[in-house]
Amino acid sequence: MRLSGLQKDVISLYRQCLRECRKKPQATREHFKAFARTEFEKNIKLDKRDFGAIEFLLRKGQRQLEVYSSPGVKDIK
Amino acid sequence: MAALRSSSARLFGAAASRPALRVAAPAAVRGMAQLADGAEAHNMASDAKANLKTFQLYRWNPDKPTEKPRMQSYTLDLNKTGPMVLDALIRIKNEIDPTVTFRRSCREGICGSCAMNINGTNTLACLCRIPSEDKAEMKIYPLPHTYVVKDLVPDLTQFYKQYKSIKPYLQRDTPSPDGKEYRQSKADRKKLDGLYECILCACCSTSCPSYWWNSEEYLGPAILLQSYRWLADSRDERTAERKDALNNSMSLYRCHTILNCTRTCPKGLNPGLAIASIKKEMAF
Repeated sequence: MRLSGLQKDVISLYRQCLRECRKKPQATREHFKAFARTEFEKNIKLDKRDFGAIEFLLRKGQRQLEVYSSPGVKDIK
Repeated sequence: MAALRSSSARLFGAAASRPALRVAAPAAVRGMAQLADGAEAHNMASDAKANLKTFQLYRWNPDKPTEKPRMQSYTLDLNKTGPMVLDALIRIKNEIDPTVTFRRSCREGICGSCAMNINGTNTLACLCRIPSEDKAEMKIYPLPHTYVVKDLVPDLTQFYKQYKSIKPYLQRDTPSPDGKEYRQSKADRKKLDGLYECILCACCSTSCPSYWWNSEEYLGPAILLQSYRWLADSRDERTAERKDALNNSMSLYRCHTILNCTRTCPKGLNPGLAIASIKKEMAF
């Protein structure tokens, strides 16, 4: 399947999230994965042509990732 | 000053006349409540010839990203509002629509929080008078070409990152000769006038077309002004390194002396001149 640039960005953000999950302690890793998944699923119904909204959510996701990937964050609900 | 004082009295009046406040602390606000009664009486009299003015505010809510940004109109009676745009915004938030979001702090042009685009010009809402003669609507937008956090609040992360990148602090290796403060002559201190007053409100940077297109790499007028502030400081010992950091095609030389920065600066500073001075120092 050919993906648009924006779709690639979304997928790459999700992969980044999963990669960051691996750096978390074994015990809570699944919590982080589940959190990332629900954050993406919250907006799964978004119209794929609503570029403004998707771009905003990408930026928001990027910011969240920066915050949660800091080594001080050990667990998440 | 007199204008400021009367506006704050009016604001106090507005706040104290709300019943919740009066119940909460009757003794403490009695003085203000009386003052408010006075103000109310005054307002009653002036209601007949209300001086109405409409403000159009940019509204966008990040919690509903699928909704498009929109303009919302609010009408205020200028006789009951302070003289500045910020007074009007605070009144809209207090009395009409508490969901309106904007940054504000000092209300006297010192903090730089309330920078926004008012009638097409970047300025501080607290320093911008509401033109009372002109009946036209006022349009208020967030700073142009910034990501919006909500309503009138711009995301200045990139701006602050760039500020951090120029190392805006005194860098010295040699201690002062007598172990006291690092002192400088009056002439050296004078070089910093017109530079140190900058409050980093980002009005200039966001008015610069060159910064709009290259905000990733070009530092923009505000940051370059600060950069020059440290280059010009006689006490700083890393002048060569600072210059070296600017010596590439993007950081400094994207300035094409458009001078929107100087025209818009709400503090009356001249970033254009500071950038020209850096260029001159780099040339020789």
